[in-house]
Amino acid sequence: MKNSVSLQLHVPEPAARPGQAPDFNWVKVPAAGSVTRPDISVEPGAIREHAYTLIRVLDDSGDAVGPWNPKLDLQTLQRGLRAMMLTRAYDNRMFRAQRQGKTSFYMPCTGEEAIGVAQAMALDHRDMTFPTYRQQGLLIARGWPLVDMMNQVFSNSRDRLKGRQMPIMYSSKAAGFFSIAGNLATHFPQAVGWAMASAIRHDDRIAAGWIGEGATAEGDFHHALTFASVYRAPVILNIVNNQYAISSFQGIAGGERTTFAARGLGYGLPSLRVDGNDFLAVHAVTTWAADRARSNLGSTVIELLSYRAAAHSTSDDPSKYRPADEASHWPLGDPIARLKQHLMALEVWSDEQHSRLAVEVDNEVRDAQREAESYGTMGTDEHHSPATMFDDVYKEMPWHLRRQRQELGF
Amino acid sequence: MVQALNSAMDVMMARDDSVVVFGEDVGYFGGVFRCTEGLQRKYGPDRAFDTPIAEAGILATAVGMGVYGLRPVVEIQFADYIYPATDQLISTAARLRYRSAGEFTAPITVRTPCGGGIFGGQTHSQSPEAIFTHVCGLKTVIPSNPYDAKGLLISAIEDDDPVIFLEPKRLYNGPFNGHHDQAVTPWTEHPAGEVPEGHYTIPLSKASLVRPGEDVTVLTYGTMVHVALAAVAEGGVDAEVIDLRTLVPVDIDTIVTSVTKTGRCVIVHEATRTSGFGAELSALVQENCFYSLEAPIVRVTGWDTPYPHALEWDYFPGPRRVAEGLRKAMEG
Repeated sequence: MKNSVSLQLHVPEPAARPGQAPDFNWVKVPAAGSVTRPDISVEPGAIREHAYTLIRVLDDSGDAVGPWNPKLDLQTLQRGLRAMMLTRAYDNRMFRAQRQGKTSFYMPCTGEEAIGVAQAMALDHRDMTFPTYRQQGLLIARGWPLVDMMNQVFSNSRDRLKGRQMPIMYSSKAAGFFSIAGNLATHFPQAVGWAMASAIRHDDRIAAGWIGEGATAEGDFHHALTFASVYRAPVILNIVNNQYAISSFQGIAGGERTTFAARGLGYGLPSLRVDGNDFLAVHAVTTWAADRARSNLGSTVIELLSYRAAAHSTSDDPSKYRPADEASHWPLGDPIARLKQHLMALEVWSDEQHSRLAVEVDNEVRDAQREAESYGTMGTDEHHSPATMFDDVYKEMPWHLRRQRQELGF
Repeated sequence: MVQALNSAMDVMMARDDSVVVFGEDVGYFGGVFRCTEGLQRKYGPDRAFDTPIAEAGILATAVGMGVYGLRPVVEIQFADYIYPATDQLISTAARLRYRSAGEFTAPITVRTPCGGGIFGGQTHSQSPEAIFTHVCGLKTVIPSNPYDAKGLLISAIEDDDPVIFLEPKRLYNGPFNGHHDQAVTPWTEHPAGEVPEGHYTIPLSKASLVRPGEDVTVLTYGTMVHVALAAVAEGGVDAEVIDLRTLVPVDIDTIVTSVTKTGRCVIVHEATRTSGFGAELSALVQENCFYSLEAPIVRVTGWDTPYPHALEWDYFPGPRRVAEGLRKAMEG
């Protein structure tokens, strides 16, 4: 039978392109405190709506409300604020360093600081993290030295990765921070494997993985959720929905008619959708998921709704594909501004204190940069010897690599 | 050979509780070729278990377990099914030590049956070793008999780098020499079929000189070792047959010593020819033995076609074609 209409391909388009007014009417923002907080032993099927709503704690006036309020003490809140501000200051300086030719490349996480920072603070420091390139906040919140991070960004003589990896592809076993993968999503099922190993060894450590909404389209995402579900692996599977995969809006990744959290439901995994710019909500859902994992209840999928406020990387120009002022219209605001507002609502924080802290963290980054630059930058000659290029391909160097090293003159 | 492989895993699981075995059908059932039979019963379901049909997922979780500190031994049911896992193998397992400057490693062994001769058509017969030999950071091993299979598999499991362990499935039940119209002698009647019970190793990167000879060197591995031996016996050429056993890092000294002595070289593998591992061997021989060569190097390989189901024996480089190659090398 012949169709009466000709077939048409649907190619998703975002609500607004350059030159148009930003439009986030499609983002449904429920009132803070309106979503229930189930017991961790809940059956995934009983909380299906949690995958479509938005768990929020901070309301518009900066008050923490509702059952997900983690009731963090003042010291923890201030530590979180400081780590987020330090992350932003670090990003700003490293972005500039790229423009100054001190590194080849950089990727900021501006606007997404609550994700790395609050989650690092909700996890135990012994838990293993498998991040993407936009969770530098994890390292910073875990207190990893900025100088060491910068040494990697500058590929200098103190770069522990010996100039082998592109800038920002940090690796720190000591910080429980897995080597960043340029092949997106490959680390996501690896986080599940790590968690399975922890369960096999009857350990008490859990794993957490992060993936962008764009890379959920990779098969590795499916494998991660399948294996996590089958083996009830103690792992938290975080999807950072920052609206963009370089230039492609989240509709291209399959977010037009459903949420990314809802992906988890088909695997029988409890799935939560959370306001990713709400430090308290992010902390609370991460704690809930970590408690489940630690109680042998298995994996939780979390979609963290956020907005990539800066360029994808130093090689990107967002004005080519989205309205220039879109970030300021993002309905969930800025994570630092919102936590600041909360502290001020609690009457434990002031604009003066905030400004002082901003200067303090910027000075800390500046001092670290000064030290890191003394070990060299991309533009100087202070790199590891080319002879090291042949190390670590194998544990022991085989004959053919030894010969090739000699060919190079070492 | 199946029992030898099973014994290698059994020995290692008993010695080292970080060794875990998993893959499609390998747990309760013991694998479609029975190589993991009894391991789940003996070591429990959290050390020998079934996985979903997801080769990339198997490799990815193995890498994660390796990062944790386990020593996973995974089975890919047929080498023909390994391609979905190549991103995990090439982009991560092989590169992890390098990209983390030694902080994180993936000491994984990937066992997978390869080669044809069982009427498996193009999806159960391939020999994809050259895909892996091209990847820096991987080691590629392929045994030709039960004694070596066990010793090499133990070495592979103990190795701290990822190892692709290809098992020529046509050798599981005996030293198949390419005469498909004749009954295969069982391994019980072959000297290399005798396998000690306990722990022993065959070092990686050491070839085996399976037949000393003076006139021509045959470089081969896997099933083709037995095919080459049959061709040599039937052709009356005094060939030196070398079973490489490990392809990367290859045992260059044994190759050079032999070809320098004989001055002639025939390379035999079942895999397709173009960019096959034979091309690398040919280049190595040329680079290292050029002034000793008395004839062009000859390659006897599978044709550059998919493995055809009903025409299997026209595809397979059997003893007649190997003998032809030997003649060519002797005349050249």
